[in-house]
This record gives sequence, structure tokens and C-alpha cells, in this order.
Amino acid sequence: MLRIFEFLYKIRTFLLFVLLEFLAVWMIVSNNSPQGAAFFNSSNAWAGKALEKQSEVVQFFSLAEANASLNSENALLKQKLLRHQAQPDSLPLQIDSLLEVRYKFIGARVIANSLRLSQNYITLNKGEKDGVKPGMGVFNSQGVVGRIKSVSENYAVAFSLLNTSLMLSAKIKTSDVFGSIQWNGTTSSEAQLLYVPRHVKVSKGDTILTSGFNAVFPEGILIGQISEVAVNQKDPNYLALTVQLSTDFSRLTYVYLVENPAFQELDSLQNQSILTND
Amino acid sequence: MTSRNIISYSFLILTLVVVQLLFLKNLAVFGQAFGFLYLLGLLVLPRTLRTIPLMVLAFFLGLCIDVFFQTLGMHTAAATCFAFFKHIWLKISSPSGSYEESEELTLSQIGFVRYVSFALPLLFLHSLVFFVADHWGTGTFISVVSKSFFSSVFTFFLTILVQLLFFKRKRGIL
Repeated sequence: MLRIFEFLYKIRTFLLFVLLEFLAVWMIVSNNSPQGAAFFNSSNAWAGKALEKQSEVVQFFSLAEANASLNSENALLKQKLLRHQAQPDSLPLQIDSLLEVRYKFIGARVIANSLRLSQNYITLNKGEKDGVKPGMGVFNSQGVVGRIKSVSENYAVAFSLLNTSLMLSAKIKTSDVFGSIQWNGTTSSEAQLLYVPRHVKVSKGDTILTSGFNAVFPEGILIGQISEVAVNQKDPNYLALTVQLSTDFSRLTYVYLVENPAFQELDSLQNQSILTND
Repeated sequence: MTSRNIISYSFLILTLVVVQLLFLKNLAVFGQAFGFLYLLGLLVLPRTLRTIPLMVLAFFLGLCIDVFFQTLGMHTAAATCFAFFKHIWLKISSPSGSYEESEELTLSQIGFVRYVSFALPLLFLHSLVFFVADHWGTGTFISVVSKSFFSSVFTFFLTILVQLLFFKRKRGIL
């Protein structure tokens, strides 16, 4: 027995090494599941505050740009609003669930962002207090940005679209064929559109939008344009489509969060009937 | 280690962490080379600091970086690995007796050639562990190796730059 203890004492450094590595790997694994280890995220108060201060300094230099993009978006929205303002009409219009406003929007500022890793995350300055919930979609005026992963009181962490574990439901605008957008971890301006069958006619420059099938994003938010069409080498039944992302991830400043209040209902209904839409 | 040493090392590590968090966070040269400058703190600690305390220090240092970088566990694993192999590699890479126990492992103390053979493989190991963890199951072997290689070389140059600019010659740090 003493021998064993002596032996263990001799290799104590190695044992500690194994233990610490095990802890680290456990952290990596649990962090990559959406629910786990929310505490250590930069959504925790201290890290969040520090990152916010840093981003305040950095973003001061891009204020003009942010202003311009907000301004142009405002103009666009004004124009759309004008179209929707009801004209006095003799025809009474029944409001039904089809016309109901289904989505809620929250504005937020990006305080930390990475793009060079293969699992990239974005930290936002809005949290539980402001009504942010895990699973909400994130986009900006350019296009889709990502999806909320975990939330603390004042901050939230989102999967960037540049995260190899995130998949979004997308469709091709011209043909309405849908597939899944996933990033393959190489270029920060390109993603892959998967599961588009080979018989579909696709050409370079086709616009890719969110499909609205998974109820995270409203239908029709821009994702990007097809930049390359090829046949999938691994599975010849599908096309390998490369999409030039419309969002410039290196200059994210302001984003919108979108929530579908009916998401729970839809999701549970689809689960009940064992439908899967991704 | 004297208490003065402890204070100056703590100051060095703290400064490196702040620099890492504020300036090197989003820096990736050509999208390939990352700078992990905080490793300089672990690198120059003298041999009198044994592997176990060094490893614990590395663990928490890595954790601290991870919390800010949204890479939970990756820097922790890599830095711990780095600390574990530091003394082993020192023993292998140097002829016996060529290092004094209390010697600081800085560029000016051990000379350029020994510094290269000591630091570069360790930095490469750290980058390799980090990118393997990052690319797990998704990336290709080539991209892991090329990122690790360029990152370790870039980090190596950063450590030399910092030492030339801010370390006093022959008189330890600061």
C-alpha cells in the first residue's frame, strides 16, 4: 500500500497535469453545448463590464459609420412605413393571426466579437433585464449575424454565424428551395448552403434569405449571395453551394435581436408530430 | 524567489494579460498568426518555480484569458500543457548543468540560440493544443498545423520584441 502511495507521490506532477487538462476539456465540451457553463462566459458581470469599456473606446472611432448606416436604414424603414399606413378605405379588414405582428425586436450593441477561430461568439450589452432570451435570432441592417446562446442579467452571448456549430434555415429567393446555412471554419466572409438537391437550378449571384421555417428569424432576412456552385463531392445527391455573406462580421457594432413569441408553441407542436426543420 | 521578484513577476504577468485582452484580442496576421503574448510571463519564470505551482498558475492564467475571449477551456488546456512540458523540455534541450537554477529564462540571460531552442517548440506546442481544441471535428489537419506554426512564430517574435524593448539587460526584469 505504501508503495502505491510512494509511486503516486512520485508522479504527482503528471497526475495534476492530467487533472487540470481534464478540467479544461470538460470546460470546452460543456461550453459548446448551448445550455452549459453560462457562468464563465463573458456575459458574467466583470468580464462584460471590462469588454464594454473596451468596446466603447474602439467604437468611438466607427461612430460616423454606424450613424450613416443607421440613418440609411431609418430612411428605408420610413419609406416602408409610408406604404403600410392605412388609407381610409370602405372595406373593413378583419385582423387575423396571419396579419398579426409575430416578432419582437430589441436593439443591442456588440461589445466583443471574434472571427478568426472556428467557434466564434459575440457578446452583446443587453441581457435578461432587457428581455433577451437564449435562442433569439441576431441580425443587423446588412443581414443575419447569429443566435443567442446564453444570457446573464446585463449581457448576452451569441453564436456568431461564423461558428461551425450553428445551422440556420435558409432559402434561395428565386426558387424558394430551402437548405441549411453552415460555416465551414475557413473564410470569414463565406458560408456553405447545404442540402440543396442536385436537380435545383442555381446560378451565381442568387440571393439567399432566411426561410422562416425554424421560427427563429422572420422570413426574408438577407444572408448573402451564392458565389460558387459545384456538386458535393461527398454526397453527389446535393449541391455544394458557397455563399458570400452580406454581413461584414469584422465591423459589427449595432445589431437587432428578434424573438418569435410563438416559438415555443410551434416548436412543441413540431416535436409532437416529430417534424424536424432546420 | 524574493518578495521583490514576486512583485515584479506579478506585475509583468498582469501587464501581459491586459495587453493580451485589449490589443491582441482581434489581431490575427493574415488570418493565420495569432499572438499569445501572455505566455511570455510563463516563459521567463525561473526554474526555482517548480512545475506544480507553475501549472496551477498557467491554469488560472489560461482561464482568465478564456473568460474574456469566449474560448472557455482552450487557452486553459494549452497553457497547462505548456507549463507541464516547460521543465521537461528544458531538461531535454539543454546539456546538463548549462542552466543555473535561479537563472531567469530571458533572452538576455540565456542568449539567442538557447532562447530559440527553448521557447519556439514550447510556443508551438501551446498553439497546437489550442488550435486542435478550436478546430475539433471541423477543421482540416493542414489548417491546424499552419495556424499553429505561424502563431507560434508570431508569438515568438512578439516575446523577443517585448524583451528587447522593456526588459533591462542582464539585470532581470523591469
